[in-house]
Amino acid sequence: MGRHFFPPTTDHRPPTTEMRHTISILLANEAGELSRVVGLFSARGYNIETISVGKTILPNFSRCTIVTEGDEKTVDQIIKQCSRLARVREVKAVTTLPHIEREMGLVDVNAKTPTERQDILNIVDIFRAKVVDMSHDKMILEISGNKDKVDTMIELLKPFGVNETARTGCVAINRLSPFEPIENNRD
Amino acid sequence: MEVQNMKTATETYSKPIAFESQNIQPQVAPRGAEVLVRALIKNGVDTIFGLPGGAVLHIYDEIWRYRDQVTHYLVRHEQGAVHAAEGYAKATGKVGVALVTSGPGATNAVTGIADAFLDSVPLVVITGQVPSPLIGTDAFQEVDTFGITLPVVKHSYLVKDVNYLEAIVDEAFHLAQSGKPGPVVIDVPKDITAHLCENPKKLHEDFLFEEKEKNLDESTIEKICEKFLSAKQPIFYIGGGVVTADASAEMLQLAEKLQIPVTPTLMGLGGFPSAHDLCLGMLGMHGTYASNMAVAESDLLIAIGVRFDDRVTGKLATFAPNAEVIHIDIAASNIGKIRKPQIPLQADAKTALLAILKKLETYEFDSMTAKRGEWWHRINNWRNSVPLSCEYSENEIKPQQVIEELHRVTNGDAIVVTDVGQHQMWAAQFYPLKRSRQWLTSGGLGTMGFGLPAAMGAALGCPKDLVVAVVGDGGFQMTNQEIITAIQYKIPLKVIIMNNGYLGMVRQWQEMFYDRAYSEVDLSISPDFVKLAEAYGALGLRATKPGELREVLEAGLNNDKVAIIDVVVSKEENVFPIVPAGGNSRDMILK
Repeated sequence: MGRHFFPPTTDHRPPTTEMRHTISILLANEAGELSRVVGLFSARGYNIETISVGKTILPNFSRCTIVTEGDEKTVDQIIKQCSRLARVREVKAVTTLPHIEREMGLVDVNAKTPTERQDILNIVDIFRAKVVDMSHDKMILEISGNKDKVDTMIELLKPFGVNETARTGCVAINRLSPFEPIENNRD
Repeated sequence: MEVQNMKTATETYSKPIAFESQNIQPQVAPRGAEVLVRALIKNGVDTIFGLPGGAVLHIYDEIWRYRDQVTHYLVRHEQGAVHAAEGYAKATGKVGVALVTSGPGATNAVTGIADAFLDSVPLVVITGQVPSPLIGTDAFQEVDTFGITLPVVKHSYLVKDVNYLEAIVDEAFHLAQSGKPGPVVIDVPKDITAHLCENPKKLHEDFLFEEKEKNLDESTIEKICEKFLSAKQPIFYIGGGVVTADASAEMLQLAEKLQIPVTPTLMGLGGFPSAHDLCLGMLGMHGTYASNMAVAESDLLIAIGVRFDDRVTGKLATFAPNAEVIHIDIAASNIGKIRKPQIPLQADAKTALLAILKKLETYEFDSMTAKRGEWWHRINNWRNSVPLSCEYSENEIKPQQVIEELHRVTNGDAIVVTDVGQHQMWAAQFYPLKRSRQWLTSGGLGTMGFGLPAAMGAALGCPKDLVVAVVGDGGFQMTNQEIITAIQYKIPLKVIIMNNGYLGMVRQWQEMFYDRAYSEVDLSISPDFVKLAEAYGALGLRATKPGELREVLEAGLNNDKVAIIDVVVSKEENVFPIVPAGGNSRDMILK
């Protein structure tokens, strides 16, 4: 196989209905409740791309944000079964409405020479990231934004030698207004 | 420490019944086990099926104390306990209760719990657990019951504080029977049952799960009524939801008013009188020709309390291909899961049917039956061209004949409990049912071994009714240990074994779809079931010739004894009609 240039519009893969879904679930902050939710995915062989759980302003309730890939019908079914669980108060398919998604990543990257260090700082500046730790030959950067932004920055750092990354997974919340804002594209 | 606790509790509580009767409040807080048993009694429990073990000793101690208020039936295997509780629940509509110990007790119960989950049977299953400090240490008889049962329960608890125990039991009973019913597991560590409950607490009120009482959307009801009027070839497709909601009276009223044919699923049997003119018989893989053809040709499919199971639909693309679908179900997760309905309505069958009936009063529909003359003409043609039938023989008893004879002998009034397999389908086809809860079967999970213990539970729940278990020789041997339970408690258990010396349904599939390669289905080496019955102290009877059948059935059924009736039937009889799995219902094989 030589190198061939395929125009980006040509996709030879079979058509698929699989798409990325972000689901936000408000559930009791009790032992085992998260297992119930996660079980609905694993029972179907669905991988959870990211999952993050945190307290909410309601005492005793946590919000769990799950990102998964799957066909719409099955995800819809998971959502319905999820809302049937006794300790689940609310399930939202965030992706169906304008929403804000954010995740945070910590990146351990090599920065051996002053030039490299300067280049990395430029990237940090452009992505509005932060340097949170530094040694003679390495830096740890903190980046937050939507998945694409975090992906892109890590991609740009790879030539320097990325040693490790840790990402929080996505949290999401619906927008106050129904408009898709420009800011979304900027991120 | 635990032992000490127990001792204090026992000393203080040597005569709790006396306290009750003298209306004196106990001075010392009750221990967890007593709280549990009292909470069960408070929730209306008078029957428990179970088997003790180390982790539930405190609970059994209290069961002994409260024996005049709650009767415990000692099964011989935990699967039997859960199936018996299911039979009790299905026959009475109440919550069935099973009590098992930790580890193997809990794992043995899992099959029954899963069965209840798939058939939406309201159960509360209490499992013992090793003492809290030992959880997670691979202690003796420890398994993660909460984890193992997680995918097959409606809800489950691992009790961590005795003060919440009563609230948990109360909520468990509420959850088990509300909405779409299902099994709830309460896993109780041994130390919790010994701890004194000094400060009983309620669950956080935010957690209290309320079924959303939705106001039925008027416009949806109106749309449904209009569809009834405009449809030329409508049919009702009714399932277990009609039985669970006790909506059969409303169903009958509506069908009669509209003169629309009705086809029940396996789980919906009894939800509509089988012998009624409007009833076309069961739908699906082994359903009647008329039902399957009518659904295939329908222009309006009114699905009530059903989930479009693959055993009903066969190939989806050819299931009611030209029909608009109205889907009424209590569970939103069932609506649109398999087939997207034109009109979805999330409600329990009874609420929905009552609303529809009320709305229909404002409509004029006298001319409707005339309009559908053509439809009924076609339906009757299908009915008459391929009725359910079997070829009788002079030498051999045909399995279908056993059910027909059973129907005659019992006058059609018996509660019929089946196992899983060929006999189940024949019973479904050849025993016309009169009412809801007269038909108890394992539909969703298809659990062989369900029949015998479930019949025992049903007999306890409905002591005035004759309960007959129809089982195969395969399934019978999976749970026949419970015969002795029936003997012990003088439960009039009646079991008819359709003995063909095969795992019949598997054999049928091997015959039809695997070139008659009968791989591992031969059960001709079986115990002598009559002798087995006698060994248990039960009445053992056998029929081998058609001429003996009636007499043997009568001899077995017309008494209060535990009777095991071994009916030797023709070996290679097949269940017809059959729609091959995933096939088009029009391609059903008729004989």
